[in-house]
Amino acid sequence: MSGFTNLNSSAGYSQNSTPNGGAAPPYQNGPVQTYPAMYPPAGYYGAPPQQQGYSTIPGHAAPAPNKAPVTNNAHSANYYHNNHQQQQNHLPQHRVAPSPYSAPLSSAPPSQPYAALPSAAPPPTNAHYNQQPFQPHPPYATPGSYYGQQSYHPSSARQHPSLVPVTASGPGAPLYPIVSYPSAPGSSQYGTLSSSQSTSAPVGMPTQMVGAPLHQYSAAPPPSTTAVQPGYGVGPPGQTAPTVVNGQGSAAQNAVHQHYTQSHQASLSYDSYSGVPPGSGGADTDQPPSGTPSTSVHSSPGHHQGGDTSSSTTGSASPVPNSYDSLEGGSYPDSMPPSNDMTNQAAPYGSYGYPSMQSAYQQGPASHTDASPSHDLYGQSGYQQYSQPFPNLSQLSAALGGLSGVPELEVEALRPVNLLQERNLLPPRPLEAPEPNVSSDLKKVNCSPQTFRCTLTSIPQTQALLNKARLPLGLLLHPFRDLQQLPVITSNTIVRCRSCRTYINPFVTFLDQRRWKCNLCYRVNDVPDEFMYNPVTRSYGEPHKRPEVQNATVEFIASSDYMLRPPQPAVYLFLLDVSHNAVEAGYLKYFCESLLENLTKLPGDVRTRVGFLTFDSTIHFYNLQEGLSQPQMLVVSDIDDVFIPSHDSLMVNLKESKELVKDLLTSLPEMFSQTRETHSALGPALQAAYKLMSPTGGRITVFQTQLPTLGVGALQAREDPNQRSSAKGVQHLGPATDFYKKLALDCSGQQIGVDLFLLSSQYADLASLACMSKYSAGSVFYYPSFHYIHNPAQLEKFQKDLERYLTRKIGFEAVMRIRCTKGLSIHTFHGNFFVRSTDLLSLANVNPDSAFAVQMSVEDSLADSSLACFQAALLYTSSRGKRRIRVHTLCLPVVNQLSDVYAGADVQAITCLLANMAIDRSVSSSLSDARDALVNAVVDLVSAYKSNVSNLQQSGLVVPASMRLFPLYILALLKQKALRTGTSTRLDERVFAMCEFKTQPLQQLMRLVHPDLYRLDNMSDQGALHLNDTVVPQPHLLHLSAERLSRDGAFLMDCSNVFYLWIGKCCNEMFIRDVLGCPNYASIPPNMVSDSKRCIYVSPSMSGNDRE
Amino acid sequence: MEAAVFILSLVDCCALIFLSVYFIITLSDLECDYINARACCSKLNKWVIPEMVGQCLSTMLMLISMHWFIFLLNLPVAIWDIYRYVKVPMGNMGVFDPTEIHNRGQLKSHMKEAMIKLGYHLLCFFIYLYSMILALIND
Repeated sequence: MSGFTNLNSSAGYSQNSTPNGGAAPPYQNGPVQTYPAMYPPAGYYGAPPQQQGYSTIPGHAAPAPNKAPVTNNAHSANYYHNNHQQQQNHLPQHRVAPSPYSAPLSSAPPSQPYAALPSAAPPPTNAHYNQQPFQPHPPYATPGSYYGQQSYHPSSARQHPSLVPVTASGPGAPLYPIVSYPSAPGSSQYGTLSSSQSTSAPVGMPTQMVGAPLHQYSAAPPPSTTAVQPGYGVGPPGQTAPTVVNGQGSAAQNAVHQHYTQSHQASLSYDSYSGVPPGSGGADTDQPPSGTPSTSVHSSPGHHQGGDTSSSTTGSASPVPNSYDSLEGGSYPDSMPPSNDMTNQAAPYGSYGYPSMQSAYQQGPASHTDASPSHDLYGQSGYQQYSQPFPNLSQLSAALGGLSGVPELEVEALRPVNLLQERNLLPPRPLEAPEPNVSSDLKKVNCSPQTFRCTLTSIPQTQALLNKARLPLGLLLHPFRDLQQLPVITSNTIVRCRSCRTYINPFVTFLDQRRWKCNLCYRVNDVPDEFMYNPVTRSYGEPHKRPEVQNATVEFIASSDYMLRPPQPAVYLFLLDVSHNAVEAGYLKYFCESLLENLTKLPGDVRTRVGFLTFDSTIHFYNLQEGLSQPQMLVVSDIDDVFIPSHDSLMVNLKESKELVKDLLTSLPEMFSQTRETHSALGPALQAAYKLMSPTGGRITVFQTQLPTLGVGALQAREDPNQRSSAKGVQHLGPATDFYKKLALDCSGQQIGVDLFLLSSQYADLASLACMSKYSAGSVFYYPSFHYIHNPAQLEKFQKDLERYLTRKIGFEAVMRIRCTKGLSIHTFHGNFFVRSTDLLSLANVNPDSAFAVQMSVEDSLADSSLACFQAALLYTSSRGKRRIRVHTLCLPVVNQLSDVYAGADVQAITCLLANMAIDRSVSSSLSDARDALVNAVVDLVSAYKSNVSNLQQSGLVVPASMRLFPLYILALLKQKALRTGTSTRLDERVFAMCEFKTQPLQQLMRLVHPDLYRLDNMSDQGALHLNDTVVPQPHLLHLSAERLSRDGAFLMDCSNVFYLWIGKCCNEMFIRDVLGCPNYASIPPNMVSDSKRCIYVSPSMSGNDRE
Repeated sequence: MEAAVFILSLVDCCALIFLSVYFIITLSDLECDYINARACCSKLNKWVIPEMVGQCLSTMLMLISMHWFIFLLNLPVAIWDIYRYVKVPMGNMGVFDPTEIHNRGQLKSHMKEAMIKLGYHLLCFFIYLYSMILALIND
């Protein structure tokens, strides 16, 4: 009935989908037990007193005393908001503690102290308070503990009632009403279970706790820890049956591990991922245990075995620590998962004997924490806490610290930075996306920042507040990104809100068993019967455990309701320029080679169809009908009124006509080698292609090498080469004719995407040509001065790009809708697509490399909600003819304080969105306008921050720490090809850079804007990442400044699409020999290009200029 | 003569009123997602020139018949219509461009413009009506 296939194309798996689904539950449920357990301990710190305590303490905690009150107020206000929401979410769990069956009313008092917990506000302060006597650097100690030890303590605190007096006697004494504490372990059903655990390791615990972190950092786990692991490794599960949970937890790790390794074996595209993943088998066997604890935690009224009463709402907030996201992070050093995940994983790994993995994971957090400078102290603080004389106290504070990570980070994010005084602004590792300040379990399920990113991770409540902040509000989306792990759901009914059509997601609220409340429009909907059955646990009555509400990114197999016509087959048409210019550039041979190589790898199924069309001043069709002995060329010379010579034999089934296609591809390069035709009739050829494709839809790939000169769509050279470096303003950034735009819109209407490869040595008016891809959701590739002999670097790049292009995933006849919480509205879209209606993007083709951005405004006040959600739903036809819906949901807190808005600002996303806006501006207005607007954005921010938030009487440029890189990024942006003036820039290259800004995903874009520079010759293994027995050193990021370069060094600059290796004159010869294979500096060839995945240009010069 | 001028401008004004209403209806259809941007824009772009011509016509009529006040009332709108038409970027498909109409609040500003024009044309209508009656009585 409903399946939960792991990665695969649905239909085939609907039978074994349930077993397969077992792959997911372990690591989904694992955390479920992990996290709830944390609430009781924290819950009894009590909200009301705590608020007091909090407000008094920050003075100690915050580095800048003047600022502290501001942030502090902001926090408490913020938390109030959170609380309202989270009461709903967590209250049931909390209720467990005082009395399992208490009526809802009685739960009110406990809920209040409890509510303060998710906010995590108090802990930091308490933590600091406690630590301060012992620790020299309190403010940054807590984040460390947050990452490192968070998971152990809650359970230990619970298991040792003796801790209570200690904590009570601590400075935070008034904060802990003891009332709720003793009842927590005892009253609930699992009280007995957890007590059994506490007997298992009651005495040893404190000492073990000391040992724990040590063990965590040591290479090999001491055997003794195995016994204790259950206690703290999966710590919080202590609330439920500890042994079972731990077993399950380890199973989860198991599964994770297997997936992990598997992800190495499997190719990137999940379509090619066939068969049941080995991990799921193992996980499957563990499924029953996983089900048991989960029911007891989340027992619904229907299941009264559990101690807690109505935990139906918890489903919406159930954490999923080992989501695909964190898995991905494990295998990819540049996408580190949240490190608290990793610590959770690390411990079990240790005990279950994955030494190599363990070290990798353990190293993980350390390097991860480098993201913010505050974490430099992390390692030490972790140790220090444990070496303190009062372990109980320190554990507790660490536990609090673990919960308090966010506000602490927020304080750090708000630290005023004087740009005139601080020189080292770059973090040692590439910047991570800021985490939204939502409760930890929401954070767990939240959408990956690589897929979905908001410029402000705290949404301002009103437009007035947004205006005051002087920052743009917008989303950056990369919806079709290649994913390692994606829950695919086959279900007869896809549950959606009845009024706003939002897909059910982890952030909805379950009011009771039968109803859920939409988190976007707040309408109360019924839960359909089918949804009551959970295929993951094979149990009934747990709608909140379904994969849809456990994952922020899911993919549905859509039914025929989601089709306007039967899913189209994959159809590819190649439109090749064969004029003299093209033959001269010599791309055809390489294209044919590449296509021949990848012919079988083209995404598609048995219905896949291909066609070829070549053009110079005439249009040549190729009849590849099955049964012909060789391909037939049909020439149409009437370019004013193009007609299709034969209707059924030009687009042929790839499988049936494979030999003919191969014949054609081998003979094509020779066919035109003697051509004298210099004209190019691109417009008519495109019209022909459109006619050929319109019955099916599909993808047209255009290869063009010069300005189109014949027929409709002919263009003139508009660029004046003498004006290339003029600072006055750049003309002709917009299209010269609307022909290509109209054609693109026609194509978009017929579900045809047009991709353009421009391989031109002269001006080809990309501004006009790019329109054909821009509005048909295609992609643009540009190879300036392409020549197969004279420009090997471009050839190399072309080949690599082409290979990726031909084999990457593709979605056909796609539409994407972006919905957001009532009150927010989208007003501008950036990217390649056609906006069909206010929130519907029509994407004829969708590919995994293109990203989108939208700008939003706050229409109505968001005061009545504490969370704002965004959902992007991409409906597409896969290359195998399956209709699928990929849904991403992002949940962010709503704040009403300017300081909170700044604390949550995502500088990278803001830079990218501003770049998009600037490009729009330069096309619609002028380049200098756009540049001014960018500079003004920085000026506005600085002045707004100075006047509204920072009340320091500090001179100089003061910005919040979260935005400290903003001026740098904007300056870098102004030096980009797209926006620079004064430097000679070809118009086409400028326009191409603009296209790139509109379509590249954020990570690439940021490296393009501000490349990562590393020193390579003196790398050490310190802080290195260990992955599968290979050591990946993690060199520090360097500022892009000449002072960082030295004669005796070798530096690597990663500019996203190209690596530059810069070798100093006095560089260590051994390094040169080992890395480049040349005996010494002098023997390095002047124009060395590596054939690695991405091109490497080596410029062995001291000039500091990279050679292109 | 006087009456004829005003009857003619009255008819012209009626046409412009209908056109404004048509613009508003079509734009609100787009706003409510009843038609897609492409259809909406091609519908509206067809009527941009007739609207401009109609507006210029009444302006010229007033100039020729030397009704300075009404001429000055008409002039800014006529200039705006011409300016709007001339300022369309080369690559755009007319004043209403389907690829941009959903961006940067263009839809809203078009809507606002159509509303203002409707009000303005209604005002003109009554002025013409009054002037026409006055002219008929004087004859």
